[in-house]
Amino acid sequence: MLSDITLGQFYPGKSLLHRMDPRMKLLLVVAVIVFIFVASTFTTLGLIVLLVLTAVLLSGVPFGQYAKSLRAILFVVLFTSILNLFYGSGEALVQWGMMRITMDGIRRAIFVAVRIGTLIVCSAVLTFTTSPTQLTDALERLLTPLRKLRVPVHDIAMMMTISLRFVPTLLEETDKIMSAQKARGADLESGGAIQRVKAMVPVLIPLIVSAFRRAMDLAMAMECRCYGISARTTKMRQLHIGTLDIMSALLVIVVAALVIVGNMLLPGWM
Amino acid sequence: MSFIEARGVRFAYDPTDDEPAREVLHGVDLSIEKGEFVALLGHNGCGKSTMAKLLNGMLHPTGGNITVGGADTADESHLYEVRCRVGLIQQNPDNQLVASIVEEDVAFGPENLGIEPKEIRRRVDDALKSVDMYEYREHATYKLSGGQKQRIAIAGIIAMQPECIVLDEPTAMLDPRGRKEVMDTIHTLNREKGITVVLITHYMDEAVQAGRVVVMDSGTILMQGTPRQVFSQVDVLKAHALDVPQASELAYRLRALGWQMPDDILNEDECIAALQVCLPPVSAGKGEAT
Repeated sequence: MLSDITLGQFYPGKSLLHRMDPRMKLLLVVAVIVFIFVASTFTTLGLIVLLVLTAVLLSGVPFGQYAKSLRAILFVVLFTSILNLFYGSGEALVQWGMMRITMDGIRRAIFVAVRIGTLIVCSAVLTFTTSPTQLTDALERLLTPLRKLRVPVHDIAMMMTISLRFVPTLLEETDKIMSAQKARGADLESGGAIQRVKAMVPVLIPLIVSAFRRAMDLAMAMECRCYGISARTTKMRQLHIGTLDIMSALLVIVVAALVIVGNMLLPGWM
Repeated sequence: MSFIEARGVRFAYDPTDDEPAREVLHGVDLSIEKGEFVALLGHNGCGKSTMAKLLNGMLHPTGGNITVGGADTADESHLYEVRCRVGLIQQNPDNQLVASIVEEDVAFGPENLGIEPKEIRRRVDDALKSVDMYEYREHATYKLSGGQKQRIAIAGIIAMQPECIVLDEPTAMLDPRGRKEVMDTIHTLNREKGITVVLITHYMDEAVQAGRVVVMDSGTILMQGTPRQVFSQVDVLKAHALDVPQASELAYRLRALGWQMPDDILNEDECIAALQVCLPPVSAGKGEAT
């Protein structure tokens, strides 16, 4: 169960999206996410869905991967949708006491579901086509101006890289420790919430101890490789904004403009 | 003067709340020439890992001194130079990889040195080819096997173009296949690139392949020499509760029983050859007592 966390997992490839500048990808994804919330009608939201679907197709990542990340948040989507179902105004279609479902409620529920779904798929496009290191690299470069304010941008980026690097390692270790404790008779699955949290203590303590040991080793390995010795560091991967990036930016701008215009011109939910 | 010179090196870890300062090295003299392949043997706690960390300036001697290419490792102004010339590989392959993607991890060292991007690319490709992991350059590091991870760690050091690599039990956590991959890689680097290798190990079969074996015992050097010289002194090694290669041990015990076995047997092939000399041919001597 611990191994099928797909959110934030890179899917190596050579598609157009893989080749884009990670900085541009990051900025555009943020822009699209903003516009997912700006879009207030089905038509404009539909436009964005179309844009995101194009990206999905171009990414060359199998649909199954996207489906997996959607499944991970299925509960959240259902929960918010059902909540919204009862918030509609207007004439009730069905009514039990306080609870009533209206046409408006159904529209809201669908709208919210599409919105969250698109949001997840959109960020999945970014994380599937961009390696975690590229992503932190992009963040580091976008945040470089903050260096003037004495923000340790390089160190923050390093911390992100390392945490990303150790997520799978620590997950695997958690799995191992859980099996080891189970083999010693630990009961991790039954009992109430409090009981189960308590049962996790013998898993967490070895995990934390080992994380510290790993940190010591890693610190030494980094020192051996001259981390922090020289003030001037370089990057193997040079980033440059190419035609591809400008085209994608233009596409997003056009869609964004259409969304704003559509929002103003189209009546109500249309 | 040798490439690496340790003269009268003493080392004590700082005292902690639980234990007082404890000296782990009591005056070690060791010189390592360029291009050598040295195996450092010894018990757990004999100070061999400490020695590894002293060689590239991760730790500074509390007495005596160590020079790398003439530069004192304890001198902060030489730190950069020493780290670039002597790379250190640790035991646990999982804990020394920094990035999630193979080539990005290998690039980490050169990036820290501020090398030009094009040159980094070239060095990374070269380093990955030299450990035979080039086709994995875009793979995620956590999906690799232990032996592959350890080779990536070696590539990460090679990309800094060191003259010497110190490996602290690099195969201790690997399966037999991973061990072979890593040992083959180390030998290739030594042979083809002329990189000096200091291999700390407790596997005798790995030590046998070295050019020189240095045996440490409780913070001092017990003996050193070619594998043949060292492993022929089975009784000295045994007296210090150290292992010898299985073939050497068999020959030693047979000799004790009065067999005419040579005293410098290192591996199975030599042992079999010696046994064939001692034993009468099968066809002639079947059933007869010797």
